[in-house]
Amino acid sequence: MVRPRPILVALAALLVVGVAALGLERFPPPEFETDYVRPTTTAPNPPQGVWEYVDAGVLAVTLVLATVLVLRTRNRKLIFTLMLFCLAYFGFFRDGCVCPIGAIQNVTLTAFDPGYAIPLAVLIFFALPLVFTLFFGRVFCGAVCPLGAIQDAVLIHPVRVPRWLESGLRLIAYLYLGAGVLFAAMGAMFIICRYDPFVGFFRLSGNWEILVFGGCLLLIGMFVGRPYCRFLCPYGVILRQLSRLSRWRVTITPTDCIQCRLCEDACPFGAIRKPTEPWPDKEYKVARRRLAFLLVLLPVLIGAGGWGGYELRQWLALVHPEVRLAQRIYLEENALVEGTTDASDAFRALGRSSDELYAAATQLRDRFGLGGTLLGAFVGCVIGGKLLTLSVKRRRADYEPDPASCLACGRCYAYCPKEHERLKRGREGLIRH
Amino acid sequence: MPQRNDDVTRRRFLRDGLWGACLAGIGGVAGFAAHKGQKVDWLWQIDPYKCTACGNCATHCVLEESAVKCTHVYGICGYCEICFGFFDPEPFDIHEGAENQMCPTGAILRKFVEEPYYEYTIDRPLCNGCGKCVKGCNAFGNGSLFLQVHHDRCENCNQCAIAAACPAQAFRRVPADQPYLLKSVDHV
Repeated sequence: MVRPRPILVALAALLVVGVAALGLERFPPPEFETDYVRPTTTAPNPPQGVWEYVDAGVLAVTLVLATVLVLRTRNRKLIFTLMLFCLAYFGFFRDGCVCPIGAIQNVTLTAFDPGYAIPLAVLIFFALPLVFTLFFGRVFCGAVCPLGAIQDAVLIHPVRVPRWLESGLRLIAYLYLGAGVLFAAMGAMFIICRYDPFVGFFRLSGNWEILVFGGCLLLIGMFVGRPYCRFLCPYGVILRQLSRLSRWRVTITPTDCIQCRLCEDACPFGAIRKPTEPWPDKEYKVARRRLAFLLVLLPVLIGAGGWGGYELRQWLALVHPEVRLAQRIYLEENALVEGTTDASDAFRALGRSSDELYAAATQLRDRFGLGGTLLGAFVGCVIGGKLLTLSVKRRRADYEPDPASCLACGRCYAYCPKEHERLKRGREGLIRH
Repeated sequence: MPQRNDDVTRRRFLRDGLWGACLAGIGGVAGFAAHKGQKVDWLWQIDPYKCTACGNCATHCVLEESAVKCTHVYGICGYCEICFGFFDPEPFDIHEGAENQMCPTGAILRKFVEEPYYEYTIDRPLCNGCGKCVKGCNAFGNGSLFLQVHHDRCENCNQCAIAAACPAQAFRRVPADQPYLLKSVDHV
């Protein structure tokens, strides 16, 4: 069969979109002679926005509960139960969206897009875990976050990740945060939501690429505790830093550390730090020189990062659909490629001029130049800062969790003999009364 | 366990200052966002004048059955007897049999009104948002059939997967109190 029509169809489509935009019609609506009445178009209303506020309420209650369980009750079983509840509620029941991790981008878009304002419930989701972290450490990560929970639930045989590897891999999370903020600010895409590995499991549907990625993370997560939280989560990066300043936080022992070393390997996330030995004098001098060198290196790294980010602006800008389109149109107009894509067809159908598109793309590229510089400088700053913290030795007399890395899961409590003593006292006290 | 040591006191002072600054920072961000704030939610919707009915809506939605479905504005419809939203423009044979119908799921219902007019209705549960009828109606008709995100089904993902795949950049966020972007003409 001969099929010459597609070209005709395309031409007609071009014509019609133009015509329709002017409000003209090819066939005037009929004047009916019978008493036919035109039906009205009905479109289903969106569900009432009550659920978001219920979610915000549940978030507040679960955060308070998590705080009590982590810092007062110190009971891993109860923390785990709460975690499973949050996995079921925020994850499977409420489909894992909106979450505080993605809300970073909504906040960013609010700041940069004059036409967008963040809904109140999303703002609560963004800010509440931050405030709780400033007061009580990462209780959100430990018991409330559904993404953390799904990984924690599959952790069966934790292996130790060397500290240098852990620090190195964590750079991905910083880069991810920076990129997420940059692309949200540019209005290109919410990449943190687009590549959320577990939302597909919560909904039991989704793109297969993301499902495979999530499945791999869960497989890895059976042996490496919470890989997304530790190496990828952009919100976790913010919580890490705030958690360093928290007023109250997890302590392994309820009273004094007796250096029994029983808790040494308790943490599947490598967050327990050993007591430090005093430095030999000679080594101390070397370390001091190294610190001075790294301090000088920091601005160099920031500068290099900024320069690198600026150089990458062309590639960064390609995430924006407008820039991609402009590139495609340029290639087509200069006969550097053959054929058209859906995007270039749609562009021509709308009747925008290509000069206008090029101007918009150039402007976006310029903005990506600035954005890329800032992103690069941020990454340089993070690398420099990481080197600095790795080279500084904190004095520690006892076994204690690193406030930044501790995910407040409560696993270490049961390892501490002092904790058992406390529990026993508590039980006896209960019996006595 | 309080430690009375000058060095620690200085560090603690810095820490407290930083802590306060962070709290103020969160408060500032929250205050700024709330000031600009919006009580209603934002939902995804398709601008029907930008949409090219490429077919991505049927395949890229995170839902098994897409939340995008065809919508019909009767006021724009020409009630054509030969409707290319309903019939394949390249029929196997010139007749009105079912094999010549455009919709792959049979979601368009056709009802005789009066000579020579027919009313076309979308059977919503059957529609999968492929946009074949939209393409036909745009090409040869008035464009009264067009795609919309139906909010009873939409999960309202923070980043809509179809929006990311839309070649025409026809998806945009709309405030929840005006959740549809329906086509309209003066006389409707």
